[in-house]
Amino acid sequence: MLSKEKRALAGLRVIDLSQIFAGPYATKLLADMGAEIIRVECAARSGRGGALPRMKPGGAFGASFPDGDTGERSYNRFAYYNEVNRNKYAITLDLAKPLGVEVFRRLVRISDVVVENFTPRVMKNFGLDYPVLRETNPQIIMISLSGYGQDGPYRDYVTYGEGIEAMVGLSQLTAYPDGEPLKPGVAYADATSGLHAAFAILAALRYRRLTGKGQYIDLAMREAVTPILGEAIMDYTMNKRVARPIGNRHPPMAPHGCYRAQGRGEKGGENEKEDAWIAIAVSSDEEWRAFCNVMGDPPWTRDEKFATLSGRLASQEELDRLIGEWTSGYDHIELMNMLQGSGVKAGAVLNIAELAHDPHLKERGFYEELSHPEAGTHRYPGVSWQMSRSPGRLRLPAPCFGEHNRYVFGELLGMSDEEVWRLADEGVSASEPLSYLEA
Amino acid sequence: MVVLDLSENISGPYSTKLLADYGAEVIKIEKPPLGDSSRRAGPFPNDQPDPEKSGLFLFLNTGKKSITLNLESERGPQLFKRLVEGADILVENFRPGVMASLGLDYEALAEINPALIMTSISYFGQWGPYRDWDGSDIIAQAMGGLMGLTGEADREPLKLPHSQAEFQAGLNAAVATLSALYFRDETGEGQHINVSLQEAVASILEGALTMYRYSGFVRGRMGSCHHLLCPSRVMEAKDRFIHVQAGANWDHFSTFLEAPQLMEPRFASILRYHYADEVEALIQPWLEKHDAQEIFATGQEWRIPFAMVLGIDELMGDPQYEARGFFREIDHPLAGRLIYPGAPFRMSETPPEARRAPLLGEHNEEVYIGALGLSKDNLTDLKEHGII
Repeated sequence: MLSKEKRALAGLRVIDLSQIFAGPYATKLLADMGAEIIRVECAARSGRGGALPRMKPGGAFGASFPDGDTGERSYNRFAYYNEVNRNKYAITLDLAKPLGVEVFRRLVRISDVVVENFTPRVMKNFGLDYPVLRETNPQIIMISLSGYGQDGPYRDYVTYGEGIEAMVGLSQLTAYPDGEPLKPGVAYADATSGLHAAFAILAALRYRRLTGKGQYIDLAMREAVTPILGEAIMDYTMNKRVARPIGNRHPPMAPHGCYRAQGRGEKGGENEKEDAWIAIAVSSDEEWRAFCNVMGDPPWTRDEKFATLSGRLASQEELDRLIGEWTSGYDHIELMNMLQGSGVKAGAVLNIAELAHDPHLKERGFYEELSHPEAGTHRYPGVSWQMSRSPGRLRLPAPCFGEHNRYVFGELLGMSDEEVWRLADEGVSASEPLSYLEA
Repeated sequence: MVVLDLSENISGPYSTKLLADYGAEVIKIEKPPLGDSSRRAGPFPNDQPDPEKSGLFLFLNTGKKSITLNLESERGPQLFKRLVEGADILVENFRPGVMASLGLDYEALAEINPALIMTSISYFGQWGPYRDWDGSDIIAQAMGGLMGLTGEADREPLKLPHSQAEFQAGLNAAVATLSALYFRDETGEGQHINVSLQEAVASILEGALTMYRYSGFVRGRMGSCHHLLCPSRVMEAKDRFIHVQAGANWDHFSTFLEAPQLMEPRFASILRYHYADEVEALIQPWLEKHDAQEIFATGQEWRIPFAMVLGIDELMGDPQYEARGFFREIDHPLAGRLIYPGAPFRMSETPPEARRAPLLGEHNEEVYIGALGLSKDNLTDLKEHGII
């Protein structure tokens, strides 16, 4: 794994026990920056779905596998896993077995950080809670991500990110003004927690560099997600006003919304794609006049009530309807180019296919190609930011189950071939996840 | 660690808030006479606008210092460069090209301070065809792919509330900045970081882009439903909404809901989402017979991940937040004592500090006289010329 390229986090070794999305997202960020991430997985909880029979299950689940086919080893082909675990290594180790624990502690001795997102009692049950890890390696930094935190009445409560979104008020507010609570269309709580976790790890590393001390970080996903609603919380603490869903509106701007565009393909034809939308945000009277100009100054725009922000805010429904009539005559990408060309803030609502082919992201090299031995060659969303001197990059495809057992046990821990075989023989390092039908 | 913060509104300030709350010295540089635009955004106590009482500003700028400096004035860039000499990090979120037009682009600043880490945040990044386009939160949510996935399938796409693309960019900037600091600690080299809101959003689409590459599948909007898990959605209990999710043990879930029909083999695997309507129809009648709080509490005893759909007013009295002391009271000379959201994570050795946001230019004397060695007369002169 030698390379002359400069990596921001070269030399940093992280043991990653985390599963699903929040923890793996945190370690993805570190992995992209060049840290060595060693995922520790076991047969019963591989974090990548178990072994499925070969099938083409259809629907969104089927679409999670290359060509809709689960293949011989479904657990090495899962889109969700392969996206977030690129640039990482993976070993298999059963921590419910004493030998697994012993090997894990040897790994802790040569690592900097341990990331886990089990419910709070699990690491203790393994005999691997922070006091033990600190004894093993006094400089270790351990971070536990959990739904509700390591103490308090909800500490043992189980949840996924969707539950956290509900419990912080985000589901309630992600809604149409007249509608019921919905939720973000992606695992927003997980990503947000993962970003905070990566920040916490790097802050602890900085402190360790200055003082030599490791530490323990308790990240409750609920607490990591709450601050992003700070504006609504401050309104409540100041005025006891309870935020209500306002859909696509944003009070200091009008018009501000999402408008139907013409869609692509021949009108009424087979290829017509109706789900085409444009987001428009007008933040000043000057922009409003520019917008009117793009629309060709139709007579209704001369109505005085639309000339000022307060007037436009007061007549938003009418305004939205009139704008929608205009936008529906144009393609959403065309609208975006027209409006942006005239200094009006506008963006096509890109669907996943459009996003995957967005010329700007393409030009910036956002998508990077990786060849995965079992999933084939594909482009993946790339590094989340650019760095001038130590740029991140997609170097490795997501690891196959147990792919790096030999490297980690043999090269890093210096175990003999006999010892490595013993791990396999005793079922401490499995060669494939248990079969399962529950995700 | 000294952080110069030229950024305003949400993205940059959230990144430097994290740095400040966990101990960095963050010097916020605000343009006189109005300062950060979030000072004018509110919410304000009793809806009375006051630049020192904006809830958004107070929350996003905890623990920072504030000085005023007009970079567009003749002496502004010179003074700024003197500050850069002693700084570790600079965060800015001007439109691309603005720093260069002031003679303050990374190349110029690196000449003064080669170890400087400069983090630039913008809607579309510092280069590429959309670089000079203007943006806002909703535009970034739309063009980052998040909005197209949020909302009901048969209605318009929906943005997430309260400027989430801005927060995502701020979080990315914070992680990127500390990554660069790690690199600098190892090598002594500074560098320039570019964060794009569009890319920050496109990075968190939960496998959707890879599903498209793998199989051509274009995920759409699904209301409150999850694209893989069933059930996973907001549903109506007897008294209010609750988030329903089955968790790891389907038999357990079926037993808890007293719905033996759910044990049918075709519902047994993850593929039950093919029958989502039937599954939900079997669950709904039971939900309607029970209060949400009861379902939540009893369900958790069964280790079923129910969750309450809470409103903002329900957070502060919540027993878990309370037991952990999450919300914090912070005093402020003008805004008074207010409750703020607390720290996003707890560190055993370095607990975060709860320090208030600064008044506009509150630290002018401390920084210009104390750190740069200007005289009181200099300061008066700068003030009179509108430079600070």
